[in-house]
Formats: sequence, C-alpha cells, structure tokens
Amino acid sequence: MSGAISTTASGCPACVAAPPAGQIADAGKKRVDDAAEISLSLPTIHCAGCISTVERVLNGTQGVLDARVNLSLKRVRVRAGDGLTAETLVRILEGAGYEAHELDAGQLTATQTDRAGRDLLMRLAVAGFAMMNVMLLSVAVWSGAEAATRDLFHWISAAIALPTIAFSAQPFYSNAWAAVSARRLNMDVPISLAILLAAAMSLYETTQSGHHAYFDAALSLTFFLLAGRYLDHRTRAVARSAAQELAALEVPRAEFILTDGNTEKRPVAALSPGDKIRVRPGGRIPADGVIASGTSDIDRSLLTGETMPVLAQQGQKVSAGEVNLTGPLDITVSAAGRDSSLSRMAELVAASEGGRNRYTSLADWAARIYAPGVHLLALFAFVGWLWAAGDVRLALNIAVAVLIITCPCALGLAVPAVTTAASGRLFRKGMLIKDGTALERLAEIDTVVFDKTGTLTQGAPKPTNLSDHTPSQLAVAAALAAQSSHPMAQALAAAIAERGIQPAALSDIREVPGHGVQAILGKDVVRLGRAEWLGATAGENSATWLQIGSAAAAEFTFSDSLRHGAREAVAELVRQGKDVHLVSGDARAPVQAMARSLGISSWHAATLPEEKAAFVRALSDDGHKVLMVGDGLNDTAALAAAHVSLSPASALDAARVAADIVLLGQSLAPLGDAAATARKATRRILENFAIAAAYNAVAIPVALLGFATPLAAALAMSASSITVSLNALRLR
Amino acid sequence: MQMLAYLIPISLFLGGLGLAAFFWALRSNQFEDPDGDGQRFLADDWDDKPKP
Repeated sequence: MSGAISTTASGCPACVAAPPAGQIADAGKKRVDDAAEISLSLPTIHCAGCISTVERVLNGTQGVLDARVNLSLKRVRVRAGDGLTAETLVRILEGAGYEAHELDAGQLTATQTDRAGRDLLMRLAVAGFAMMNVMLLSVAVWSGAEAATRDLFHWISAAIALPTIAFSAQPFYSNAWAAVSARRLNMDVPISLAILLAAAMSLYETTQSGHHAYFDAALSLTFFLLAGRYLDHRTRAVARSAAQELAALEVPRAEFILTDGNTEKRPVAALSPGDKIRVRPGGRIPADGVIASGTSDIDRSLLTGETMPVLAQQGQKVSAGEVNLTGPLDITVSAAGRDSSLSRMAELVAASEGGRNRYTSLADWAARIYAPGVHLLALFAFVGWLWAAGDVRLALNIAVAVLIITCPCALGLAVPAVTTAASGRLFRKGMLIKDGTALERLAEIDTVVFDKTGTLTQGAPKPTNLSDHTPSQLAVAAALAAQSSHPMAQALAAAIAERGIQPAALSDIREVPGHGVQAILGKDVVRLGRAEWLGATAGENSATWLQIGSAAAAEFTFSDSLRHGAREAVAELVRQGKDVHLVSGDARAPVQAMARSLGISSWHAATLPEEKAAFVRALSDDGHKVLMVGDGLNDTAALAAAHVSLSPASALDAARVAADIVLLGQSLAPLGDAAATARKATRRILENFAIAAAYNAVAIPVALLGFATPLAAALAMSASSITVSLNALRLR
Repeated sequence: MQMLAYLIPISLFLGGLGLAAFFWALRSNQFEDPDGDGQRFLADDWDDKPKP
C-alpha cells in the first residue's frame, strides 16, 4: 500500500501547496490521509437494508476502493483514492437518503483498536479456559479421588494453573504493586496476595501429597475479578468512544484568515507555521502561536492548573489547548501539525478527566474498609492457630483459606456489574456517562438548576424584526455578531448574511462576556448586547440591542422554541421531589414566561456567569446536592461548581468538557429517568455490598475455625458472584 | 484408570483449540461490529453467488 501511495505523490495537490519547511514529513502525512481512510458517522442507519444500500452506493462511487459499514458504531469507513473528499461522500449519501457527517480521523484512531480491552479479554479467555479445566479435575478430587490419582490431578492442575496465574492476573499485580509502592492499600493488594499465596500453598501441598489444593479457587478468583474489570473497562470504553465521536464530529477546523481578510474553515491538520488563524471566544486554540491582533482572556487551567484566566494581548505566545474566553484572537501559527497540537490535546482531555476525582466512589470507600480488614483477619488466623496448635503448616493453610474465602469476588463485581447495566440503559436512552462516579453523584441530587437558552430551549433563536432596521445598522450588527459564539449572535449574523448585506469594517472588536460585543466604527463605539449594558430598557421579548455611537439603542427581537422533552423532564423532576431552579442570562420577561409555562417557581433572570456559579455554590453550601444542566460558555463555571453536571451534545466544547454527563439526543425527556436510574443503581450497589458481606459473615467463621475446604470456597465464591451479577441485571 | 492418560490430554487439547480459535477471532477483528454481523446475513446481496 505504501508503494502505491509513493507513486502518486507528485499528483497530490496538497503537497504542491505545502510550504518548503518540513515539506517531506508533512507531505507524507497528508498523502496517507488522502489515500487512506475517510470515516463518516451515519446516525440513522439501523438495518440490513441500510447497510447494503450504503455500501452499494459508496462502492459504486468513482474513486472509492472499499467501503465497510459498522452498524454497532453507526459509522462507515471508506478507503478512497486521491481527490475524493468527505464532503463529496456526504452529499452522495444524503442523495441516497442517509444523514452523514464527517468524522475527524485523528480523533478516532484510539477507538478503532481498543488495545487495553482486547488485552483484558485475552487474559479473561485464558483464565476461563484454565478455570474450567482445573474445575473438572477438582470435581474428581472432591468426589473422592485418592492417593496417587489425587496427586496426579493436583499436578496437572498446577501445570495449568501456574502459567495462567502468571499471565492472566498481571493487571492485579501491577495495580497492587503501584499501590504498595505509594504506601497505600487498594482492592488489588488482597486480591494479588490471595491469588499468589493460594497458588504457592497449593503447590507446596501438592509436593507433600496434601489433601487440599486451592488451584481452582485461585483461578476462579482471577476469572471473576477479570470479568468485573472487563465490564468496567467496556463501560468506560463505550463512553470514551462516544465522547470521541462527539469530538470527531466537530472536525477540528481552524478559521484561516485569507489575504483579503475573509476567513475560511480548513482542517487543523492542514495548518502549518506562518498561517494566520482566528479563534473565537469559547473555542480552543488549535495550534501553538503568537497573537497577531486582538485582546482576550485565556483559560490555561487545563495546561497549568491556574484557575484565574490570564490576559492575552498582541505579541503574546499561546499554546494549543488553551481556551479563548472573551474576545476573538488572530493568531500567527508557530508550531502545528499532528505531532504538536493534536497529540497534546489528547493528553489534555485525559488530564482534565483525572482532575475531577474529588468524590470518593462507593468502590473506593468499600476497598478502604475492606483491604486492611482482610489482612488483619488473615494475620489473626495465622497467629491464633500458631499459638493454639503450634503447627506452621496448619496455621498457614488456614490463613490462606481465610484470605481466599474473604477475597472480594462479589465485591469486585458489585460496582462494575451495576454501572455497566445502568450506563447501558442510559446510553440507549441517549445519555452518555462521561465520569465513572457520575451515576453515584447523580443519585444524591436534590436540586436541579437549569440554564435556559440552548438547554431548555432549542438554542436556535431566529431574529424576528430585521425589516425594522436600516441596512447600515444591519451591516454593523452583522460584523459584531460574527465575532461571538452566542447563539443569538450567530443567528443574527446568519440571517443578515442571507439578505446579502456585507458586514461593516470594524476595529478593536472585543467580546465582554455576559454583556455583549463592542467595537470601534470610525470614531464611534458600537456595541451589541444586553439591554442593561447599553442603558436601554429590556422589553418583553428575548432581544439583543445595538447601539451606534451615542444614538438610542435599537432592539433585535428573537423567538426561541422549547426543547423537545423539556416539559416532561421538569415535571418528572418536580414529581420526584427535587427543587428546580431556572437561572438564565436572558432578560426578565422571557425567563419568567418560560418558568411559568414549565411550572418552575424559582427563577433568576439576567444573571452573569459568576452569579450562576455563585448561585450553585450557595446551594451547595446550604447542603444541597446540585445537578447543573447547561450548555454555554457562561455555564462552564456553574457546571464545574455543581455536584454533578449535564450538557447537551450541542453545547460549547468548554461546557461539554466540564460536564459529567452528555445528552446525545435532542430530547431532555430522559433526564427524569436518569435520576431515577441513578438512584436505583446506587441502591443495587449497596445491595451487592450487603450480599457480599452476608456471604462473608457465614464464610469467615467457617474459615477461621479451619473447616473451609476448596469445595466450600468454590461454591461460596460462585454463588455470591452470580447473585451479585443477577441483582445488577435487574436494572436493565 | 489407563483411560485418563488419553482423556485428560485430549480434553486439554480440545479446550486449547477453542482458546486458539477465540484468539484468532479476537485478533482478526471478528468482534468489531456485533450488531452489523447480526443484520448482514439478512441482506440479499451475494445470495446467488459468493462475493468475489
């Protein structure tokens, strides 16, 4: 394949356009992109007919080498020849009646081969194979095999078990070692100890022609715990791959500034040093560079941990991954390409996920109580029996039996089995749980705070009174609105552009977050934004105001429709006894109207971003557990401050990063169900802990008294693991 | 008891064969698209002749 590509090198237009610096490396990468793969998301496919139509249409297209649909991921992977772009394929598919979106290949690579998952599955398969075979041999021993036969069976079991334990249980050893070297105890320490001690003791007993060998127990322990680990991994992998798909849907396109001052969106991968790009507020800076013009605040918390935004001015260096907060910035790129920015962005996402661990999950809480308890109990059994019987071998046998029998087979499955079932159920309803502990935190909420625009409403407002304004007003408004990622501004800019009016030339454009956008036109200050900011009186409607110089402000009114399912979600949350609040940056009248129509008694209008976060913090300080639902740049602080947060998939990137749960569909209706499911899930987890504890309450005295046999251990272990899994399945 | 000398290795070999088959399936991406595989056999394409 690489040979075929290199022969077509000179025909690739991207290479001709590439600048001389680093051209060989860059060109090589671009060529692979062109000839290799295009991924498209196909959200509407669902059946065999869809698969064959999509594949037939694509394979019949000139330049397509191969197309393969993946129905589980609702994606198609196309190997295309030169010159075929994703846009062309999207158009062709839309012609055939299928909605298609381009996916950014760079964001998806990690999901295509889930190495860690495959590795775990491999170890799980080996453990399962070994467990079944050893169990088969053990049944013979339990049913009365004697002397030489028993020894032979024990030796065969050892031959199967020892390599398996060495291979399959590695994840536990490495976790346990990491914990011990950090002078901590986690669940993996007693697990590793139980597996290793059981294997060592059984081997010793086998050499001494002993009666009891725990090879089967060591293996089933490994198998059941690996199953729990794998479930846990699957849940997270599904969430991660869906989150990556969301990220990939926004093919990272940078706004290139062309020589005539207009901008054009191009993929970030095509950036090269020296290019000029524009970054809008709320957007992440796609490449390292120097600010050529513009003033703004930059959030560097993802990079440096500084929580205070820093001022960004002309000449200052910025790095990929920083979030531009207030004003548009024009940046001259200094370092770009896959190697710097994209790879670093991936690390950033991982870092921000790791930073949210202030909540102690139920599993951690159980491990913290459990691990020292087991060790003390085993030590107590060993010392006690050594003192009582004076026989090291007997004392060690009993101590190991205690360790095996208390080992948290059921505990290891208790949490992952439930979270898998619950996240699976919520995922089918269109909610993506980004954070592992989000479900537990969601179960605790008693207060819900909604943002209005874009959350309870569709977030696609339409200007209603454009005809009332003069073309010059419209030109200024369009130029100002084009600089903001606020939904009203975007709608205004789009609607004015549709009328064929050219934006006016403005300078010093600056977004004042929570207020609006201002700029200089000739000698006049022009401002577009909130009525209070411009000294106007807000009317009844959702509106933004335009002020040119000292003239009176002109009103642009908007109408917005209620998001599908919002009414049901609010009604359901109220029925569940939650306090529902509406906090919006919008004017009083529309917020009041919305609150009244939804039956929300507590509402706050015209709140600034800091006030939203302060409101959420004040509720938390009063002992409430707050669920914040929001989508905008102005909600980001409140989302991060809340006990648990949710944003719709249409939310700004910054908000989605801050949220624990992402709503994939358009409807808000699953929200009420999510809260109920989360509560049920937490109850199941606690039930599972109770089952595991009940089983230990019976098993520990038996083991301590020295009556535990491998058969008893195997029975108890399987019974408790199956009970726990079945209990979790009741959630589905 | 002589039987055991044959039966145990045979059972281990057959189990190992299953394990090897699973490894092969895992490595050759047979589990990439379970939903799609469930649907694909319903399609009428290539029913008359095998896919070239």
